[in-house]
Amino acid sequence: MRLPITKTPKPYVGGAFIRSESGRTFPLKDAAGNFFAHIPQCTRKDLRNAVEAAAKAGPGWAKRTAYNRGQILYRLGEMVEARRTELIDTLVRFGATKSAAAKEVDACSDRLVYYAGWTDKYEQVLGNVNPVASSHFNFTVTEPMGVIGVIAPDAPALLGLVSLIAPVIASGNTVVAEVSETNPYPAILLGEMLATSDLPGGVVNLLTGFRKELVPTFATHTHLRGISAAVGEADRKTLRLGAAESVKRVHFAGEATDWFSAKAQDLYAIRDFVEFKTTWHPVGA
Amino acid sequence: MSSGSNAAFRRLFNEIGTVDQVGIEERVAKYTTRSIKKAAKVQGLKLAVTMVDLTTLEGKDTPGKVASLCQKALAPHDGLDCPQVAAVCVYPAMVRHARRALGEDTAVRIASVATAFPSGQAPLRTRLAEVKAAVADGADEIDMVINRGAFLAGEFQEMQDEIAAVVQACGDATLKVILEVSELETYDKIRAASFLAMRVIRPGDFIKTSTGKTSLNATLGNNQVMIEAIRDFYLETGTPIAMKPAGGIRTAKQALQFLIAVKETLGDEWLNNTRYRFGASSLLNDLLRQLEKEKTGAYQAPYYFSEAAESY
Repeated sequence: MRLPITKTPKPYVGGAFIRSESGRTFPLKDAAGNFFAHIPQCTRKDLRNAVEAAAKAGPGWAKRTAYNRGQILYRLGEMVEARRTELIDTLVRFGATKSAAAKEVDACSDRLVYYAGWTDKYEQVLGNVNPVASSHFNFTVTEPMGVIGVIAPDAPALLGLVSLIAPVIASGNTVVAEVSETNPYPAILLGEMLATSDLPGGVVNLLTGFRKELVPTFATHTHLRGISAAVGEADRKTLRLGAAESVKRVHFAGEATDWFSAKAQDLYAIRDFVEFKTTWHPVGA
Repeated sequence: MSSGSNAAFRRLFNEIGTVDQVGIEERVAKYTTRSIKKAAKVQGLKLAVTMVDLTTLEGKDTPGKVASLCQKALAPHDGLDCPQVAAVCVYPAMVRHARRALGEDTAVRIASVATAFPSGQAPLRTRLAEVKAAVADGADEIDMVINRGAFLAGEFQEMQDEIAAVVQACGDATLKVILEVSELETYDKIRAASFLAMRVIRPGDFIKTSTGKTSLNATLGNNQVMIEAIRDFYLETGTPIAMKPAGGIRTAKQALQFLIAVKETLGDEWLNNTRYRFGASSLLNDLLRQLEKEKTGAYQAPYYFSEAAESY
């Protein structure tokens, strides 16, 4: 009889698959109640390390051409598509029906392709040439903000995470994301796709673990320039207070967000995490 | 290596002993497992700040850049109860600018690399003239490089004579002898070079790992070899020699691990900036970041701290 070879789930941080620095894990059960695996229980120090990795990757990612970022996001969509069956089986194992799982995985790759298309187009829409009453050429362009914290909804575990990450990295930001607490395994798989998608290491960093341990650090870490979170009221308060202290932008996904609808993908999700820069350029006499 | 140098090394190792490489690496691996938190961590971080030789050694150094480095040395960060660093470390041409920026009446010392740093490949009289010029311009400390060519060829007398000549040229200035460990190849030779240098320098002078200009710089391993040499030399002769690891120490965590090594090998008497220094530049900001984190409880972004220099 052959011994089964089980996988050690490890989240994707800084281009590598890590264990928590604390060495802690928590047991994960599938929908049938059977033990599935031990998942790393990431700590605030893992979050700190992930922010360092994201900050390091930031300038290189922001300097990629918009076209290249689009190609890479599209490639990520291709990777999701290529492992469609595995993702569907995983979602089913953790409680989705076969058809709902297929719908979620397809929505994921579609969403990635949607934002891949926007990478070299949002600037034309969000930026502007401004009319001014002096001899200046006055224009506004966008710039990525830096490292953005993402806290994904518990469900849909895969689509929620992808929907929050994709618009943030489309403009050249880098991301530290806490994945679904109740259903973390699809995000582990997503990490494996990120690793094979030409996305530079450190652009997207995924942490598994508990909300109550990580949210306060997301709130206070001054190196995070923004937070995009799908969380409940208590966590919102923590995040708002911490963000006020460290002056960071916070955007919450509504409780009633229908992640599958076309409204959940939007140019304004890209706009939420860019800075606008207006330049006055003297012209003529 | 010629058989002549082999014989010279063999004679030396018969006197001073060799290094157990595996033992050293096992030993230093243990240092990284110590847990230092809260009050002890703050104390360690502040101690590390007082030990920093804030360094800029670049071809593009200017008087203005040195002046801002000196300001950083005097007042590392606003709103943080933080001590001054031990010294600034600059090229000889920048010593007078550093002296002007720091003033005469300051606890921050001026260290200058001299003796044709980093290679040391200049005639001895040129190197000595450089040392004297730096001291005359106001340097309190001189960082010299040893003659690695002579050392590796087994010409120990020549190497020691040169160090002795630099000691003379230093006058009252403290001397730091850079062994450039990355060019010495083995732990045994690091120990040998440490002993040869310690025999000709004065109590309170330093031995220093490296210039920071080569690929491999201070590591816990070669730091351990050198502080054990200092310990053995102290137990043998009663002469305390100081130590300066330089290059490659960039994070507060690393600095604390080096301090643990000092504490557990040499004891508390070496835990001050007359006996132990860090040659570093980016280390200071990471120490400040961690101190601010301990004070506020929030992880800090690096851009809240003024840049001094980014050489090593």
